[in-house]
Amino acid sequence: MELFVFVAASIMVLAGAIGVVTRSNPVHAALSMVLTLFGVAVMFVSLEAHFLAAVQVIVYAGAIVVLFLFVIMLLGVDKAEDVHTEPLKVQRPLALIVATGIAGVLVAAMFAGRDTIASGRASIDLPTVEDSDANTRQLARLIFSDYVVAFEVTSVLLVIAVVGTVLLARKRRGEKSEVSV
Amino acid sequence: MIISLDPLLTEDFTATVIAIVLLKVLVIFVVGLVATMLMVWFERKTIAGMQNRVGPNKAGPFGLLQTLADGIKLFFKEDLLPVKADKFVFRFAPYLSFVPAFLAFAVIPVGGDFRGDTGGIVTWFGHATRVQLADPPVGFLFALAISSIAVYGIMLAGWSSGSKYPLLGSVRASAQMISYEAALALSFGAVVLVAGTMSTSGIVNVQETLGDWHVVATGFVPFVIFLMAATAELNRPPFDLVEAEQELVGGFNTEYSSIRFALFFLAEFMNTITMSAVIVTLFFGGPQPIRIGDTALDIPLIPNDLEGTIWLLGKVLVFLYVYVWLRGTLPRLRYDQLMNLGWKLLIPTSLGWFMLLAAQNVGQDRGWNTGVVTAVSIAVILICVMIVQAALKVSAANREREGSVF
Repeated sequence: MELFVFVAASIMVLAGAIGVVTRSNPVHAALSMVLTLFGVAVMFVSLEAHFLAAVQVIVYAGAIVVLFLFVIMLLGVDKAEDVHTEPLKVQRPLALIVATGIAGVLVAAMFAGRDTIASGRASIDLPTVEDSDANTRQLARLIFSDYVVAFEVTSVLLVIAVVGTVLLARKRRGEKSEVSV
Repeated sequence: MIISLDPLLTEDFTATVIAIVLLKVLVIFVVGLVATMLMVWFERKTIAGMQNRVGPNKAGPFGLLQTLADGIKLFFKEDLLPVKADKFVFRFAPYLSFVPAFLAFAVIPVGGDFRGDTGGIVTWFGHATRVQLADPPVGFLFALAISSIAVYGIMLAGWSSGSKYPLLGSVRASAQMISYEAALALSFGAVVLVAGTMSTSGIVNVQETLGDWHVVATGFVPFVIFLMAATAELNRPPFDLVEAEQELVGGFNTEYSSIRFALFFLAEFMNTITMSAVIVTLFFGGPQPIRIGDTALDIPLIPNDLEGTIWLLGKVLVFLYVYVWLRGTLPRLRYDQLMNLGWKLLIPTSLGWFMLLAAQNVGQDRGWNTGVVTAVSIAVILICVMIVQAALKVSAANREREGSVF
């Protein structure tokens, strides 16, 4: 059962990921990404991380990709783009290096943490019929006690992004608007 | 591996268990479809009554079969595919809208006796089970996730039509749905805070007496916000800017015809029913009977196991009527009014109320004086309101001085 779920979810993730890079239509690429995100959510559920799975769908599939689509639709870049012209020549080699680097780091981290991954599950509170929120409670305790600094710093980062957007979108004083009413 | 908090699914998967699950799926699907059909009739008939008309009265007794007739007609109509449409997405979008509408119903407890210690568990064919398809540990987060997926159906339908009015309609719709989802989730958070659990059956279980119903226990404000945000999320009047006929022809579904249009139509009404059931479960005790103190209103002659379903049905019907009533009464909002209401009123209010409830919770845990806690939180909220008002005033003054941006 677990193997079947894993294989099915992996196929979803991989098919979606391949779709993101191969589809020339940006909307199709964004939809492939949704497929990947769903696959990851299924994997979270099979690891009994129900809360993470729900948040994954709500935040990533339900908000972030919707915003991607929004931008694609509003800016009208939804035509197939010519991928052969490169504005930045170093882009491709750089992308290759970064991608190999990330893959290498991930594999190395997995090998280094092999023992903790196997035993780490024992310290996780799994939801039971009697206490359905055990897992969520444990997650909340960790975020708001051990990792509270990281959590707050992340929220500051988000605020910076919002303030930056407002500043960029704002019309400066005395500047004439280009679009006349 | 725990899929659901249903005791049925923690047993071995025997043929009976699988049969029970399949039966539940079938019942939800069939009842959902029939209920949608009746809801369309109910809405047309009620609206007609409010506007001094007769409404559908030809097909079947009281026009009950009108929706069926319309459905059959839609099936046989020509299926148009616009030349400029993105063919795959155009065909796919109606299902993205239709399937989530049914999925969300899976987590709603539709019956069972929550009065005793059983907590809504009934015995069917010798197996203990809940009268709901699934009871995931994250409960309503599942429903929220599903409703955030429903955005895709509308958004992609508009985009893939390859025409500008549907695109405008779908851009409006997705902006509206994303904005109101925040208010929806925050007022849902208030319920979780009071209930202390996220599982749907758990939330029903704690709402024993009338005073425990979350509409009272969370102090009424989250309920009002939830009702408004849910109406906007459903794209129902007065928030139906998605299909504002005068401006957008027909909104995101302008280019759709035949059965694909029918799917959007069905999804919209099914969503209304689901959302009413969600409101009843979150704020009005779901299948719990009305109970004050120790005296519960008991329906005579009907076994307690069945009574839950009747209570739920009655409560859901009230909300379905409320939705039709809203449609018959309120004029449509303007787009800027809609966004102002969502961002400047509903989200700050629900956030403030959430913090107030959280402060009360912490105060009770630590044994602080309730009066002092309330006074301090109200003072903090007032200061926040003043700051927000000041910011609004400054920006309004700036706009006045510099002229409009667009």
